Amino acid sequence: MIPELGHFALVVAFVLCGAQAFFPLVGAVAGNRAWMDVGRFAARGQAAFLTIALACLTYSFAVSDFSVAYVAQNSNSALPMHYRISAVWGAHEGSMLLWGWILSLWTLAVTVFSRALPAQLLARVLGVMGLVSLGFLAFILTTSNPFSRLDPAMIEGRDLNPLLQDPGLIFHPPLLYLGYVGFAVGFAFAIAALLGGRLDAAWARWSRPWTLAAWSFLTLGIALGSFWAYYELGWGGWWFWDPVENASFMPWLAATALIHSSAVTEKRGVLKGWTVLLAITVFALSLLGTFLVRSGVLTSVHAFATDPSRGVFILGLLVAVIGGSLLLYAWRAVTISKSSASFAPISREGFILANNLLLFVAMATVLLGTLYPLAVDALGYGKLSVGPPYFNTVFIPLMLAVAVIIGAGVIARWRNDLAPRIGRRLRPAAVATAVVAVAAIAVTRDAPGIRAALAVSLAVWIVSSTITAMNVRFRPWSALAASLAQVPAAQWGMVIAHIGFAVSLVGIALSSLYSTETHRRMVPGDRVEVAGYAFAFTELREVDGPNYRATEAVFEVAAHGQAASVLRAQKRIYSASNMPMTEAGIDGAFTRDLYVSLGEPLEGNAWSVRLYVKPYIRWIWLGAILIAGGGFVAAFDRRYRLLARRNVVGPATEPRAMAGQ
Amino acid sequence: MRKRFFPLIIFIGLVGLLAFGLTLNPRVVPSPLIDKPAPLFSLPQVHDAAAVIGSEQMKGKVVLLNVWASWCVSCRLEHELFVKLASSGEVPVYGLNYKDRREDAVRWLEFYGDPYIVSALDADGQVGIDFGVYGVPETFVIDGDGIIRYKHIGPIDENTLDKEIMPLVRELKGRRT
Repeated sequence: MIPELGHFALVVAFVLCGAQAFFPLVGAVAGNRAWMDVGRFAARGQAAFLTIALACLTYSFAVSDFSVAYVAQNSNSALPMHYRISAVWGAHEGSMLLWGWILSLWTLAVTVFSRALPAQLLARVLGVMGLVSLGFLAFILTTSNPFSRLDPAMIEGRDLNPLLQDPGLIFHPPLLYLGYVGFAVGFAFAIAALLGGRLDAAWARWSRPWTLAAWSFLTLGIALGSFWAYYELGWGGWWFWDPVENASFMPWLAATALIHSSAVTEKRGVLKGWTVLLAITVFALSLLGTFLVRSGVLTSVHAFATDPSRGVFILGLLVAVIGGSLLLYAWRAVTISKSSASFAPISREGFILANNLLLFVAMATVLLGTLYPLAVDALGYGKLSVGPPYFNTVFIPLMLAVAVIIGAGVIARWRNDLAPRIGRRLRPAAVATAVVAVAAIAVTRDAPGIRAALAVSLAVWIVSSTITAMNVRFRPWSALAASLAQVPAAQWGMVIAHIGFAVSLVGIALSSLYSTETHRRMVPGDRVEVAGYAFAFTELREVDGPNYRATEAVFEVAAHGQAASVLRAQKRIYSASNMPMTEAGIDGAFTRDLYVSLGEPLEGNAWSVRLYVKPYIRWIWLGAILIAGGGFVAAFDRRYRLLARRNVVGPATEPRAMAGQ
Repeated sequence: MRKRFFPLIIFIGLVGLLAFGLTLNPRVVPSPLIDKPAPLFSLPQVHDAAAVIGSEQMKGKVVLLNVWASWCVSCRLEHELFVKLASSGEVPVYGLNYKDRREDAVRWLEFYGDPYIVSALDADGQVGIDFGVYGVPETFVIDGDGIIRYKHIGPIDENTLDKEIMPLVRELKGRRT
């Protein structure tokens, strides 16, 4: 009964979604206020019914209703409750429902927070979001119904993929989807503006907080996914340039470009066409990511549910949504009024444009690397895969260039600036960078040392120039607090995010340059020295979990004769699926991680064991948290809220006094 | 103003590539063993440790080989179908008892019924590995020349049996006479 209720709620949501797409879009053209208003109510109804549908599916998981095919395939009566709930989005059907539900939540948020928008624009935004949702709900209902029954019911479920039985999975997909799907809002604003033919600074200002929030969620989602891969896959890596990772990284890179270019559009009314195109690109890449993961076009460890009919449907959706948008862009781009404003090459706009080009090129190289194997296959040259060497070779130099530009970009004035002035203001930052670089090279004096010094000094460069740009008065000390209080939230967000970028940069560089790893055969009682840490294999024992049995190896680690920590690495066999899983033993600290993972059992009591010491690896994710935090802070800048209250119709008329000078 | 169309053109190229990719590699990866000779094996029987059962004994006739285990819950789902099939006598069903203990296997067959001509005891799962067993249960259709013609992963249901397996068995039988 409950699954049928969920299915029914899904159908009702689909119908409401049709209303949400049709009436506001037609009403906006016809100027019919009543029709335009339908959008808001339909959107709220859709959110309510999708919530019911998701609740029904969650209930079926909670009570282990194995007559529902999706539950039977992804749960088990021995599965602990929190994993039963996260199993809702553990495979294809449920994650698509989560996708649709999150889209409805974003739409709901638009109806709540954008009431002050001109009615016609709001109607168009809701209508476009309704169209996107309509496509996805049709996809769920026709190819991926999570409520399908099994007859006869299974006695026992097949269990959730053990790889996914981890706290990381509870939050990773929802965060990622909050990001992906959140870009639908910025996309809808872009399409609404193109439809209405009015693309101005106000448009950029309205859509900016949404894009910032979505981008922050995506940042967290990617970071959590990377952290999860690090401790769950058991080989100590944190990024594999896997097609599915790339699928989430490409929209992130494009969205990073977007939040910068939309800042320019908002402030100066220039780069409008480019910003619109980026907004479309970001959402296109989100859909492309869904397509790549779901269609099985690319083989990947993540491709857990692949089905050609689903691939065809999503490709069709991609063509309709993005092809339609780009056609609209080509048709309406002429109506984007040429801005009277202009800017010199050396200006804030100039540097942001340079950063945009670098980010865009970075995104394009990732796209190329991801699709190249497909193209080669299509041309009949056989199968190949593009590995980390390609990505690292092209990607690292681009990011280093971005790091250099950030320094100048945050200092430069809008519109027109003078190189000598920028140079003067950057002098303290340059001095700090040079001192750190020299010191770092003097300390290390080897080949990785040069690279580490480069990364660390670039991080110092970013942090010191960003702080310079805050224009905070340090003397007298009493003025410090007052001048800090005057910094607007948007600028705080920028500062925090840029510092986060620097922190991640240090983490990536130091952990990849200085990680030490050993792989050897060990029996209880053995000791191994890795990078100054003595790992003693003290005990091997059997452990029983709720739905698995594990062999646990206990390691006592000592540094310089002092006991540092105790690590427990497990090899688990999950009973329902008989699948083995590695659970690494990790001791994380601010400056280093100790990491032990069990390989295969060897003869006797011996195991093959991998031991790692990874300096500063946590900084990668710490930086990501700062980046996301910065995005959230900026999204909540006062001026966006003021705008929501005041019904601003014309272009923004408060050009200065915000971020920057 | 032709350059307005550039993004659209690039996108169309991309879609073409992706559409081509969809047609390229079939998603349903067939077992590499289909239409290949079944791996040769010889194992002790579940009911009689001294007697062997293997490829030799199955030769010359179309047979079903069902991989099962007493610890396998979904084997119980399909078991009734096999019992029914065995009583119809239409096709001999052999069992491959996978990674199991003899006592457990015998007790299980006593409890649920024994549809198998003979079950082979593959205690360490070596033969299962040769057959590319992916999960229990699995069912293979092997023809009179010892060639694997079909493989089903997971419990079979009435539909699969009537619409896929039995027509194939009849066709293979017909081919030999």
